[in-house]
Amino acid sequence: MNRYPLWKNVTVVIALMLGLLYTLPNFFGEVPAVQVSSVKVTIKIEPRLLSRIEDVLKAAGVAHNGLYADQNSIRVRLADSDSQLKAKDAIERALNPDPTDASYSVALNLLSASPKWLSDMHALPMYLGLDLRGGVHFLLQVDMKGAITKRLDSTAADLRSLMRDKNVRHAGINREGQNIAIKFREADLREKAKAVLADNQPDLLLVEAQDGTDLKLVATLKPEAHKRIQEFAIKQNITTLHNRINELGVAEPVIQQQGADRIVVQLPGVQDTAKAKDILGRTATLEVRMVDDEASDNPAVMDLAMKGQPPVGTEYFVERGGRGLLVKKQVVLTGERLTDAQPGFDSQTQEPAVHLTLDSAGARIFKDVTRESVGKRMAILLIEKGRGEVVTAPVIRTEIGGGRVQISGRMSTVEANDVALLLRAGSLAAPMDIIEERTIGPSLGADNIKKGFDSTIWGFAAIALFMSSYYLLFGLVSVLALSANLLFLVALLSLLQATLTLPGIAAIALTLGMAIDANVLINERVREELRGGSSPQASITAGYERAWSTILDSNVTTLIAGVALLIFGSGPVRGFAVVHCLGILTSIFSSVVVSRGLINLIYGRRRKLDKLSIGQVWKPGAESTAAGVAK
Amino acid sequence: MEFFRIRKDIPFMRHALVFNIISLITFLAAVFFLATKGLHFSIEFTGGTLLEVAYTQAPDLEKIRKTLEADGFADPQVQNFGSSRDVLIRVPLAKNTESAKVGERVIESLQKVAGGTQSAGAGDTAANAANTPTLKRVEFVGPQVGKELAEDGALALLLVIIGIVVYLAFRFEWRFAVSAIIANLHDVIIILGVFALFQWEFSLPVLAAVLAVLGYSVNESVIVFDRVRETFKKKRGLTTPQVLDHAITSTISRTIITHGSTQMMATSMLIFGGAALHYFAMALTIGILFGIYSSVLVASPLVMWMGVSREQFIKAKKDKPEGTTDDGACV
Repeated sequence: MNRYPLWKNVTVVIALMLGLLYTLPNFFGEVPAVQVSSVKVTIKIEPRLLSRIEDVLKAAGVAHNGLYADQNSIRVRLADSDSQLKAKDAIERALNPDPTDASYSVALNLLSASPKWLSDMHALPMYLGLDLRGGVHFLLQVDMKGAITKRLDSTAADLRSLMRDKNVRHAGINREGQNIAIKFREADLREKAKAVLADNQPDLLLVEAQDGTDLKLVATLKPEAHKRIQEFAIKQNITTLHNRINELGVAEPVIQQQGADRIVVQLPGVQDTAKAKDILGRTATLEVRMVDDEASDNPAVMDLAMKGQPPVGTEYFVERGGRGLLVKKQVVLTGERLTDAQPGFDSQTQEPAVHLTLDSAGARIFKDVTRESVGKRMAILLIEKGRGEVVTAPVIRTEIGGGRVQISGRMSTVEANDVALLLRAGSLAAPMDIIEERTIGPSLGADNIKKGFDSTIWGFAAIALFMSSYYLLFGLVSVLALSANLLFLVALLSLLQATLTLPGIAAIALTLGMAIDANVLINERVREELRGGSSPQASITAGYERAWSTILDSNVTTLIAGVALLIFGSGPVRGFAVVHCLGILTSIFSSVVVSRGLINLIYGRRRKLDKLSIGQVWKPGAESTAAGVAK
Repeated sequence: MEFFRIRKDIPFMRHALVFNIISLITFLAAVFFLATKGLHFSIEFTGGTLLEVAYTQAPDLEKIRKTLEADGFADPQVQNFGSSRDVLIRVPLAKNTESAKVGERVIESLQKVAGGTQSAGAGDTAANAANTPTLKRVEFVGPQVGKELAEDGALALLLVIIGIVVYLAFRFEWRFAVSAIIANLHDVIIILGVFALFQWEFSLPVLAAVLAVLGYSVNESVIVFDRVRETFKKKRGLTTPQVLDHAITSTISRTIITHGSTQMMATSMLIFGGAALHYFAMALTIGILFGIYSSVLVASPLVMWMGVSREQFIKAKKDKPEGTTDDGACV
């Protein structure tokens, strides 16, 4: 008898239901939506904003189909593209009263139309790759050599002031390629310098060298310092890119590290490459300037300044919190002197604070300035696109030396985190080059979907037609198993939120074409058993059992190729490989377990079974062929 | 319906030498074309800029080419893509220019061509718009990416070969492993040879197709070898060529049906997949056709020349614990 134990039937049914459930979201299509995200790191998306947007929409008379908030954005689902545009305008007006200084980006987007209970189960539609939805793709190479050189240059400057502080006379400090060379006239000075450097610069590896009559000390960065700088550079560049792209108002951008020194940026829906490139390559800087306290406290001067006539040598800014202040044009320090910014707490008051680390030249400047201006206010500005924003303007309480600066007061922990991030993310840590660029128009994307879809459907139809006419009921079961395979594959891809590309669709088609092999093996084997004179029930059992090891062998070799592609493939090939490998795994399950389950269901319980509907079984010698076609 | 009504084993091995000579000639021809013509690599491998633009009317390709050359693009390739209104432009990497900007500059040149055909009056926008190009796709690949892709492709191929040889040597015998991989590498070379001969574009998806086909057609050899092993064990008194003939004959129906089904998919891609999937499907088609031929008519003679014999399997059988069924045969 061919019967599955209950647990096996239950497994198949559960697998099919899960497959159906996770495939489902792909059928709902998309509805227009408006996505609101924060442009400024200091402004968070809060639950309060949700009700505010709801009020705005109510006031504008736009009906919406639901608001969804996640960590980074709020999405409003709308009925049609007409109300989408209206909603966008209304929200834009309400949230960004000053269009030149937007705090939020309001972008048109598409949201899956699948019901909420599906989304709550993480049943989401497959993510479409750029070649299917249109957009821009960049591969950026971070110039690590540039990052190291930049670091070495500032280290060389640090060394000079260190030597001066410790009274070690040297005959020149220069960066030579990836090293810093320090020259000395006397050997004992070199020994002294070595001791000083070992104490103060743990990142440097020191080697003594002789250059003609000069004694030299060659300093190189230790490998772990090298690695740290590179990791920092790429992390900071990604953070900076994130901030900048948020400003573009792109829905669902992809910004990922690839390999040790590359960043992938994908902007779906963006067509204007020139603008995208401009934004990616832009630089933002930090500036420290003094506040003109006298003028800022004078209401008459402030009135004038607000009207655009600040006193000579000053600029008018609005501090966070809304108070205006006048800041001197003279720059005390720039962000280049900043080596790090970390959120933390004030050691005495336990207030949230941001700890800045300046390089030695910056530390000296800072020390001098603060000594001279105790009691005055200092403004820390972020300059972007030629426009500055006062991040904070604290009062200087004491002289600050040592290059460690703390910004505190009137800050929450979140704000401290944000300011630290903002200061760090202000500019790129290392220059980047675009080494790969792809722009795909939206019509081409839709075209590609159609082509991929058509190929799969027609190929599938041809196979289905052939299988069911050649193997009759067994063929039909094979086709059902193949559909189950497609279902599992799509469900798995949706569940993993893998990106579907055109090569991915091609891989689905190819996998289906190859997966039928297992069922052909089984069906041929069953026929052979029948030909050999076995009873129908025994033929089914033997057919499936004997075909199994062959199916395993043939899938393993195919899987080896798939895995190789997965390891070494990049870009489009990777998409192909992911689908191919997953498809092999699902096909083993569906073609063996699911199809056997169906066959058992049809034939398993019949005690008197004399024929199987598996097409004609031709026996050599018996020309009057016993046709196995029954019922 | 039963297509394959074979009474006796087909004596494939009697003609083994002929098949091997045919293989050798095709193989040498493929190598010859690869060596003389070389592969026409896509810009993914060579680096450069590629633009796909759509016109409302069929444009004059020669004119576009001339304008591009006049604007300082060395050796631009301009060709139709899909229809006469869709144009594909390839500009190779040039030194001393900011390569990331090439795409924008090409667009400017193209607009000049479009504008030049009409009177460039400001109010004449309707006439101008009639044949202005719309950009469908731009791809720019820097030189370092291309080199890496070629290296990764070679490494992937190597990994597939090693993986398959090790797996087959473990499951069967080294003779099978070696002949299966030789037979299927011969397929790979022939696919590449055809791409070289017709100067079809060799792109990343084609590479993926080649590797996928390699893994796929090896399993063809696996199935024949499976049957060879089974026949050696079950039937006494057959010579090695007879065993091979029997194994091939009894698996031939499955071979053709399976490959036919896979080919239906490939054909469907050829018909409906458009230009983007064309060469991918083409590589699959050649791979599938030669896959049948090579695994049946190249791998098996190779096993025979290498001296496979019954003893190798009988010995193996003794090592197996009692009661295991390891025939794992098929069809």
